[in-house]
Amino acid sequence: MTAPVTEPVAPKANLVLTPPGTERKPLTKKEIAADHPTWCPGCGDFSVLALYFKMIERRKLWQEKFTTISGIGCSSRFPYFVQAYGAHYIHGRSLPFASGISLSRPDLHVFVFGGDGDLFSIGGNHFTHTARKNIKLTCVAMDNWVYGLTKKQTSPTSPLGFKSKTDVWGAVDYPINPMKQAISAGATFVARTTSTNPNHLLQMMEAAMDHDGFSFIECLSECVEFYEGAFDAANPRKGGAFNLIPADHDVTNEVAAYKLADQPFPGSFGIFYKATKPTKNAREAGISAAAVEKAKGLKDWQILQKTFTAMK
Amino acid sequence: MSDSAVTNQTAGGPPKVSKINEAVIRIAGNSQDGIQAIGGFLARLAGRSAQEVMTFMTIPSTISGGPSIFQVRLGSGEVLSPGDDADVLLAFYQHSYEDHIGSLKQGGIVLYDSDHVEPKPEWQPLYHHVGVPVSNLTIEAIGGTAKDKGKNLFALGLVTRIFDLDVVKLEGLFGERFGGKDASVLNNALAAFRAGYNHSLGEVLETFKFVDSQGKAGQQVVMNGNDAIAYGLIAAGVRFGAAYPITPWSDVMEILRRELPKYGGSFIQCEDEIAAISMANGASFAGRVAVTGSSGPGISLKMEALGWAVMAEVPLVVVNIQRGGPSTGLPTQVEQSDLNLACFGSHGDAPRVVIAPADVEDCFYTAIEAVNIARKYNVPVFLLSDQAIATRIEAFAEPKLEQLCQDITPDLSPVADYKPYDLSSPDGVTPRVVPGTPILSGRYPIAGGLEHDEFGHPSAAPKLHMQMTAKRRKKLQALAATLPTPKVYGPPEGNLLLVGWGSTQGPIREAVDRARAAGDSVSALHIKYLNPLPPGLENIFSGFKSVRVVELNDEGLYGYGQLAGLLRARYCDPKIRGINKTDGLTWKVKEILEHARADMATGLQRK
Repeated sequence: MTAPVTEPVAPKANLVLTPPGTERKPLTKKEIAADHPTWCPGCGDFSVLALYFKMIERRKLWQEKFTTISGIGCSSRFPYFVQAYGAHYIHGRSLPFASGISLSRPDLHVFVFGGDGDLFSIGGNHFTHTARKNIKLTCVAMDNWVYGLTKKQTSPTSPLGFKSKTDVWGAVDYPINPMKQAISAGATFVARTTSTNPNHLLQMMEAAMDHDGFSFIECLSECVEFYEGAFDAANPRKGGAFNLIPADHDVTNEVAAYKLADQPFPGSFGIFYKATKPTKNAREAGISAAAVEKAKGLKDWQILQKTFTAMK
Repeated sequence: MSDSAVTNQTAGGPPKVSKINEAVIRIAGNSQDGIQAIGGFLARLAGRSAQEVMTFMTIPSTISGGPSIFQVRLGSGEVLSPGDDADVLLAFYQHSYEDHIGSLKQGGIVLYDSDHVEPKPEWQPLYHHVGVPVSNLTIEAIGGTAKDKGKNLFALGLVTRIFDLDVVKLEGLFGERFGGKDASVLNNALAAFRAGYNHSLGEVLETFKFVDSQGKAGQQVVMNGNDAIAYGLIAAGVRFGAAYPITPWSDVMEILRRELPKYGGSFIQCEDEIAAISMANGASFAGRVAVTGSSGPGISLKMEALGWAVMAEVPLVVVNIQRGGPSTGLPTQVEQSDLNLACFGSHGDAPRVVIAPADVEDCFYTAIEAVNIARKYNVPVFLLSDQAIATRIEAFAEPKLEQLCQDITPDLSPVADYKPYDLSSPDGVTPRVVPGTPILSGRYPIAGGLEHDEFGHPSAAPKLHMQMTAKRRKKLQALAATLPTPKVYGPPEGNLLLVGWGSTQGPIREAVDRARAAGDSVSALHIKYLNPLPPGLENIFSGFKSVRVVELNDEGLYGYGQLAGLLRARYCDPKIRGINKTDGLTWKVKEILEHARADMATGLQRK
């Protein structure tokens, strides 16, 4: 046995957030904005960030209530632009990292932002399992159909024939359909939106945040540098069509949702699928609550003592 | 067996009874025969009898079946290794008999199941053969449809008779083990055990009685190294972890999965190794030190994410139960070949802490220490165990849990301002403020893998990268300054110093004891803190003509293994060389001595 290591001491004082009798104000854009985004002028990601700020303000999320998590890619620079707790994790692994926060800190909202490469190529396995486990967090895929940060290579959502630096003759691999992927993996909230429709984007983000489970949004977010015009067909201002999902669509019908996801581009926008299922968070908390209840108020060391006594 | 101090022999009468102070029993059969259960009962009996015990087992990496052994060394005095040669071999099958008779001391007892084993005439004069139709007698004793299930307990009955073990205590252990089940389970166990115990041992010339133990004060607990790590982490206050199953790490995750909910925590089985360390990183980032673990191949997969914890300065405990490598290697056998991976794995300059426990008891306390170092220095800490400690059972003094158990719940009360990567701290250590804590200045930290400024925001400024690289390094230098210089086992000066780390401490010390008893000038040094190294080793090395680092890994391209490589790089001392082996088994004491003698004719000169 070695000498115990001394406790870390954080610089704490008797500090209060709001003076007694005053109501705490929502965060303003000025308070929530951090670094100026490194994105190219015209990038769709600006819009996602702006509406995230708006949601934080509208929903009175203060910094101690949420975390912003990402992996690697253009869109994954996101947390640096938010003046709040966040983490810029490694490529493709933002979802398990965010799951660790979600499962150990039920008091925090966890938002994950990532690109199509991060979430569906290197992180594809994690996407499937986070969805099937129904871990409570919101995941926004800022899909631009191309690798932007590394300057125009084929992404898992690049359509066939897309000419990139890694497919100079045009992409030859069949693209992933993020909506189908999410539905079939078991995501309990699956929505589709676009950065060019701010009101819709905000609506989807708020609905996702309110969902108790794994909520997924595919947000078309154009890369003006390496895939200009990719989503014009979904943008009325560019002569395209922004079609909301049919009014009679049943969001609890998984097969109907899958059919919507099968529509040719530009497809439909809105909530494709929404199911109420116990989250992993709730199941784990339930296992723990039952075990704690069984321990009948014993202190932690006494529980361990019981185990050790059985090993004598 | 040593010390035939008192013997009672009556010619033609009952067998003589010899007093002994230790015995090595090897049980050989197939993996489904329950031989580990025999070993487990013997180990727990020793724990309750204030004896020392150490076990050693091999298991096949197949799903079911295949040859397996369990060796248990019981002693009234100090037991440092599972023993080189057995006093008694219990062989269930012909292959058990043939493969393991070589591990029996000349004149030792081979107790075999005569329903399955045909003894060889050429071995009859060398070993004392006792055949018992174990399978058939077990079926007779239990009856019904159990076939020969229970023959392990019949055999335990035979062993109990030969060594005059405490029947009441053993039957008490059966009661605890089988008591909760259908009453017939316990009854069958007792029937098989008693039939074995009462079986006439007419052919056995000698039975044995342990001299009274040196009397260890207080109670002992009995467990294996993986148990001890899991419970040590719980005592340390860890309440969240994530992993992927892999042998021989899986036991730790199974225990944590089962136990953590009792403490309000949880342990998550992930889709893969990278997800596991990522989830643990996420939970650690969110406030409380989390744990992940694996064995060799899984640790390789975790390396990029480990580098993130170094860069973001997030505390993390990574357990590695080493097995033979590379690649899938030897899944169920021991090797100490992940030291370089633990110290240097991951790209870039990524300083992290590496500690290795020496035995089962040390697994428990080292797990607590790993958590506390991670918390204090905000750094990932490797707990480098191995398959040998993971599966061996030892008895040790019951820890004082009330004093040891810690609450490491993070403090979320508001702070005025916070710089997560404050460069003004001379030792590089910045206390952590975690998500959920209001920061009144309105400036919030970002934890990232990019090089960053003092607030965590990206910066590739040349000076900053130098400063931050130094900050991450200085934390380990600060830790190193607090580490105790290890004590030399034996005199501080002499011809030969045997240096070891991890699970080999016991056999190395026993080798020193034997060599010194024969008049050789040998001492040993055990290094627990492998990265950073503790101060003062150069002074120790200077007291010896030769330094040989005893490791279960390859001698390498230049004649020394992985720790020896670290020590040579650190101390530039050419007298440091290696004693290495890669047979997937723990060191036998005689192997260490043979290697040492063969390797350096001058090193073991008589004084």
